[in-house]
Amino acid sequence: MDRLAKIFRPGPRHAIPVMLFLLLGFVAPLVTVVMYSFVPSRTFDLWQDWNLDNYAEIFNSSSYIPFVWSLGLAAATVLILAVICYPVAFGITRVFGKYATFITLLFTLPLFVSENVRIYGWILFFIKNGVLLGSLKSMFGYEPESILFTTGLTLMGMVYVYLPFMLFPMTLGVSMVPQQTRDAAFDLGATRWQVFKEVDLPLAMPGIVIGFLLTFVLAVGAIAEAKVLGGQRIIPITQDIETAFTYAQNWPLGAALSVLLMLVVGTLVLVVLRRFDLDTILGKK
Amino acid sequence: MRRALIWSWTGAVIIFMYLPALSLFLASSTSSRYFGFPITKWGFVWWQKTFDSLEVHQLFRTSLAIALCVTVIAVVIALFGALAFARYEWKGRSIYQKLVLLPIFFPQTVLGLALLLYFNALGFTMSWQTAVFAHLVWIIPVCTLVISIQVYSFDPALEEAAFDLGATRWQVFREVTLPVLFPGIFSGALFAFLLSWGNFPLSLYTTGADTTLPEYLYAKMIAGYTPGVPVLGTVSTFGAALLMLVGYLMIVILRRRRTADVDSN
Repeated sequence: MDRLAKIFRPGPRHAIPVMLFLLLGFVAPLVTVVMYSFVPSRTFDLWQDWNLDNYAEIFNSSSYIPFVWSLGLAAATVLILAVICYPVAFGITRVFGKYATFITLLFTLPLFVSENVRIYGWILFFIKNGVLLGSLKSMFGYEPESILFTTGLTLMGMVYVYLPFMLFPMTLGVSMVPQQTRDAAFDLGATRWQVFKEVDLPLAMPGIVIGFLLTFVLAVGAIAEAKVLGGQRIIPITQDIETAFTYAQNWPLGAALSVLLMLVVGTLVLVVLRRFDLDTILGKK
Repeated sequence: MRRALIWSWTGAVIIFMYLPALSLFLASSTSSRYFGFPITKWGFVWWQKTFDSLEVHQLFRTSLAIALCVTVIAVVIALFGALAFARYEWKGRSIYQKLVLLPIFFPQTVLGLALLLYFNALGFTMSWQTAVFAHLVWIIPVCTLVISIQVYSFDPALEEAAFDLGATRWQVFREVTLPVLFPGIFSGALFAFLLSWGNFPLSLYTTGADTTLPEYLYAKMIAGYTPGVPVLGTVSTFGAALLMLVGYLMIVILRRRRTADVDSN
């Protein structure tokens, strides 16, 4: 009886619906994927002899290349976004004043428009006779090659799509730095660079790291950028997975590839998240 | 000097964020069948054509049905989830907070495929209802997080005072907790609706024979150029902007009214 009362105290009681739903909607599907990865190749029935053939097939092929591309592009996206977003996050917290909310809203809006539609907007921008090249041609008579369908543009597309996911956690982090601490450092004769290195960066670190993690994980799962903007010049791992599930009709192989991707992502997320106290980051008073 | 630099940098980033939307808008407002810039024949012929299409009406209905169901279910579950997340102190809360975040920190394409396998193993046929479930897996955590931020600034003493004055549990919830948390709940609902409306990776694998707007647009843009795509893209952008603006204004007005109430008492 005592134990029951303990379990059903207000905190855990309110957590029950969410946990139950995630058990059915998140954990169970992931377990299904793991189970499917042991089923013989090109079959659809879950209940048969399980083996490791799918994994053997992956390790004996060149599927590490898409893995490397996905991880590499995601890492590059994170680094570029860190440089792009820090001044904006700093501005939202300390410079923009009453306009800060409006600017935040401007960065939120693109999240609500389907990402493939926005990527398509880039195609219209960069295509031959499109917004950029068409204007250059009519104004200056200058006709450069279109940069569509290159790996560089894939990277730009990823930077574009995942920008808000870096910006918002980073802004939370930057707003955790107390102005008094910065003022004190300046009063004691610190240079701007010193304040940035010794005060701003360490105190904002939780938000920055969460931004890194979120952007990296989502960027590893990117698929549309390479397909639409990159003209399939490179194949990310997600596209391999998708192909296995659709054209190749090889669900077990797709499942095994997914399991490997989940291992990489899951380990990273668990290791990093473990170290943080979310209450302080989200602004508990 | 440094302020000016930060302002202009941010301005440049905002322009970068809106260039695709601008391109879509330009492409949608031409009367010719093919896109070429600068535009020679301006006009809104394709807007008319797109809005008259019965297929598009059906797509709007499907997307709307999914987004509305997702919003209602997500807000109810996430409200309780947020109270457990931020209001109560309990053992295991810190682990719970991280577990709730896991679906957000997960590639959506893989999540969509995992749900496809799962539904298939359970013997479900994919339809818009399975898509609602799939969206919820991702949107409930987002919604919980959004509402939690409001819950953090909630003073539990308010509830206790109401209990002391003899209110029942339900009365406290209806008269104290809900009104105080309303701005957070409202933003949570807005997020849920808009994220479901624009979602592509989860819908792709879980809608079966039903088609949502983003799926249709994707199929069209793979198949070749039609001006209907920029039209619908522009409509989604403006629609989301309008909804967000109205929502933001509502929250501002609610806050004003509340402070006015407090002052007049």
